[in-house]
Amino acid sequence: MTALAVAKPQRTHPKTFAVKAATMLTQLVVPIGVGAVTILDDGDLSDLLMFFLPLIVVVVGLNFLLAYLQWTRLTYEVRDSDIRVESGLLSRAARSVPYERIQDVSLEQKLLPRLFGLVEVKFETGAGGGDDLKLAYLAQGEGDRLRDLVRARRDGREPAVERAAKETSRGDVLFAMGPQRVITFGLFEFSLAVVAVLGGLAQQFDFLLPFDLWDIDGWQERLAGPGQYLAGLGPLAQIVGIAVALLILAVVGIATGIIRTALREWDFRLERTDKGLRRRRGLLTRTDVVMPIHRVQALKVTTGIIRRLFGWHALSVVSLASDSSSANHQAAPFAQLGEIAPITATTGFSLPSSDIGWTRRSAKASVDGALIDLAVMSAIALPVWYFSPFWWSALVPLAIGVFGAAREYYLYRFDRHALAERFLYVRHGWLAPKLTIGSRVRLQSVELRQGPIARRRGYADLHLGLAGGSFAVEGMPLEHARAWRTAILDSIATTDFSELLEPESSSLQV
Amino acid sequence: MDDDALTPLDPAYASMLRLQFAIVSLALVAGATVAELAIPGWTGVVWVPAILLSLWLLIRLPMRRYAARGYMLAEERLRVVRGILFRSDTVVPFGRVQHIDVNQGPFERLFHLATLTVHTAGSHNASVSLPGLNQADANAMREEIRAAIRRDTQ
Repeated sequence: MTALAVAKPQRTHPKTFAVKAATMLTQLVVPIGVGAVTILDDGDLSDLLMFFLPLIVVVVGLNFLLAYLQWTRLTYEVRDSDIRVESGLLSRAARSVPYERIQDVSLEQKLLPRLFGLVEVKFETGAGGGDDLKLAYLAQGEGDRLRDLVRARRDGREPAVERAAKETSRGDVLFAMGPQRVITFGLFEFSLAVVAVLGGLAQQFDFLLPFDLWDIDGWQERLAGPGQYLAGLGPLAQIVGIAVALLILAVVGIATGIIRTALREWDFRLERTDKGLRRRRGLLTRTDVVMPIHRVQALKVTTGIIRRLFGWHALSVVSLASDSSSANHQAAPFAQLGEIAPITATTGFSLPSSDIGWTRRSAKASVDGALIDLAVMSAIALPVWYFSPFWWSALVPLAIGVFGAAREYYLYRFDRHALAERFLYVRHGWLAPKLTIGSRVRLQSVELRQGPIARRRGYADLHLGLAGGSFAVEGMPLEHARAWRTAILDSIATTDFSELLEPESSSLQV
Repeated sequence: MDDDALTPLDPAYASMLRLQFAIVSLALVAGATVAELAIPGWTGVVWVPAILLSLWLLIRLPMRRYAARGYMLAEERLRVVRGILFRSDTVVPFGRVQHIDVNQGPFERLFHLATLTVHTAGSHNASVSLPGLNQADANAMREEIRAAIRRDTQ
């Protein structure tokens, strides 16, 4: 506990230097490798050892020295009202961040620091542009301590009490994903990114291949040998060949999805702590993020075209802090609605009840949208049909138009919105609909928008000002939109913005 | 909440728009004259549309834009309406205003006008601007909003 009363500037963990050195070495391996290849091309090994090796040693040595000096000159200080970091070898920089301006503290462990038991501590402030305060690297325990300390100071509480409370209750697990769930998740994250990367690499490094990749004649020649035999097998064999190729693509895509998902989501845990929702995940790079509950502005429940059929959804949080960093605020990336409900309840929101009065989108808005899609695409199809040498190419814009019209029809069928006592629910989208849950109080402004057609036909878009995200209801009947506006504005008027940021105001009994 | 209850902007706003558009028209007509001189013969193919557009800019557009805009300051809310073809009707409750600007550009100073801008925490409508206010009115509105915020936080 004595370490809590930090009065004098401290350095980051000494092992920081080791991590930086290791990172530097891995970064140097590539340029050295490239250099070695070019030099080895002409000249023998003794020349290489004579000139190249000392050069490497000097460069690496200088870098190490610089990193060491920088480490000695970087100090941080936990003060009464702010955190201050001073750094710089020749030019000194001092940055101070008051506790009131720290939105959140996150700890990140990349692979290398993790091997050394170190964390990178990020103090997220409201400043846009990601100009946050970072400390790399601190010991895991020191990172946890700093985070607790900053949170406690910001809330004007005694850090010792805070610490004791944390020791006793490690937080209730709200949602966790075991290996089986992560792999199921991975199955739905089909990705052919690897194929694209391989294609790119093949183009980049084609000089390494024993044949010319882009030489069609060469391919034909090569196929003429064993390929002749292939061609002789007839159409059935070719169909089998195509099927095998597709199968390989599918296997590669699924494997990529599973591996990427496992790396990102391994041992996913979402806990409720007294500071908010704490999320830990990742296999090689383990991230640890806390989303303070009183900063949650809205919730979004998303799904995918196929996973929707199996009832899988993702829950993400729209938070005040999320406009300052592009941090991913997923609270549950792959869960059934039954698992999502308790998390929404913890954040002070609730999923729509079954007897809620949903309202459809304006039929006129959908009809107009479909007619506009068809008209525009027909207008494009006409000159294409007239001028193009292939008359059937006009079918492409026509198909897009029909697709757009079908989408409008589905939007009319499935878009829904409802206004409940404390929340508002907006469901939008046709193949993978997204449900946005907003609070009637946590909105900043209300705007009604109408284009020339909408004015004549009597519908409007309602755009709501949401801190950290966008929130709009499209194609509402005008009277309905006006009623919503009045109701929402009356709700907003009951609380001032400053009350919204009070931690207590949101942890209302749900 | 209908358009009749709106307060119109200062009539000087229409004059200011007219002056701004006059400068645009001048450039337009000058350009058209050069083009006209370059074309052999006195055809007027460039001149006539340019003059018509200028007249529309000078006579019709300032009045339409002036008429399309309006605001309402009541029940601790600022309502801003704008747009000729695409109408937008925004309401910002005073309790959600983060800070307030009163700006004056060179043209606005010439006509003793000012633009009132309120900033909110929302990503959409992060700032809502209301141009064409009498300078004294803009300052008075700023004070009113500020006083309301102070009252609410205490």
